[in-house]
Amino acid sequence: MPARLASPEEAVSSIRTGDTVLAGGFGLVGAPLALIDALVEASKARELTVVSNNLGEPGKGLGKLLRQGRVRRAVGSFFTSNPEVAAAAQAGELEVVLLPQGTLAEALRAAGAGIGGFFTPIGVGTELARGKEERRIDGVANVLEAPLHGDAALVYAARGDELGNLWYRKTARNFNPAMAAAARLTVAEVGELVALDEIEPESVHTPHVYVDLMTRAR
Amino acid sequence: MGEDARTLIARRAAQELVPGQVVNLGVGIPNLIPKFLGAGSGVHIQTENSLLGVGPPPRPHEVDEDLIDAAKQPVTALAGAAYFDSAESFAMIRGGRIDVAVLGALQVSERGDIANWAVPGRNILGVGGAMDLVVGARKVIVTMTAQTTAGEPKVVSGCTYPLTATAAAGLVITELGVLAVREGRLVLTELLGGAAVKDVRRATGAPFSVDL
Repeated sequence: MPARLASPEEAVSSIRTGDTVLAGGFGLVGAPLALIDALVEASKARELTVVSNNLGEPGKGLGKLLRQGRVRRAVGSFFTSNPEVAAAAQAGELEVVLLPQGTLAEALRAAGAGIGGFFTPIGVGTELARGKEERRIDGVANVLEAPLHGDAALVYAARGDELGNLWYRKTARNFNPAMAAAARLTVAEVGELVALDEIEPESVHTPHVYVDLMTRAR
Repeated sequence: MGEDARTLIARRAAQELVPGQVVNLGVGIPNLIPKFLGAGSGVHIQTENSLLGVGPPPRPHEVDEDLIDAAKQPVTALAGAAYFDSAESFAMIRGGRIDVAVLGALQVSERGDIANWAVPGRNILGVGGAMDLVVGARKVIVTMTAQTTAGEPKVVSGCTYPLTATAAAGLVITELGVLAVREGRLVLTELLGGAAVKDVRRATGAPFSVDL
């Protein structure tokens, strides 16, 4: 079914308390800022698990949602860029789940690809492997990592066409394609909404099959 | 010393890189390396936020908000560059396609264990791509000053800080010299900045042999 066009507020309206939300971006580059603002201003969902490489910056992007006390759990690889994450974790208001960045990306990819988990050598012998199943494969120690599914994925693409095919620009691609495939509901915020074939079929990064709703960036 | 320690370390580390190699440079001292490589070095710089072919910093009118490196600084892309997504970026890293990773560290042990992401007793909040890079890259070069600002050695018998990976470092470059990790032991292969072997001994918290 083609992706339907919606306002940012409508697009986030089905996100419920307790949901897991995947949010694209590396820092603020490639982050779906209009959708995050809509989640901050127009949604009442609380106790959210947010999966994102970072949790925005103080008072910016996902940092706004953190300030509202609506994030219960943050899953990502680098929260150091927002000191308010440390404060919230210290106060016991936020559970932080840290993953090596490549494991975060692969766990999202695995979820989208219908994979039940994967073994990786990354993190073996470190605090991040604590409690994880270990297995030696071809002489190399590996840990078992689970896929990361989302109830909703909020992604940003520079261009989206009328069906929902997406094209990302430069390093704004980052986690967006893996997240777009890993959620039950995927909302794409697009910089530019274009006609069919304005994105060459060979250049489509995320095929429309993954995209449910589209909204325009502000 | 005519040159500050960080610059000296970066200049020496640059000599380890040869044309054709794919290299990932960490934040801090490694970020100073490109100016010693120069234009047309033939070294392909990969940044884990999904670009192979990082070019020099942009001039003010060239800044593109969609084009940053892993330190979130604006960069340019060279002719022949390739963009991809994070999953592919780390597939490339874990899959052994990065020839050299150069990164800073808090501690390195004599067997090459690296601690570079967390300090004991503080909240553990950021690891980024460090674990992926030190395990996945074919060669790992650690660039760091020999001692902390409090005068503690950073090369130690065993790391006391949380580990990034075990037995991962191949080469450690400080302002005093170059230490290679060979079969689980340290070997001093070169002195830098006018240092003597005894200066390296004094600043190092682990035994090493000398092969200058």
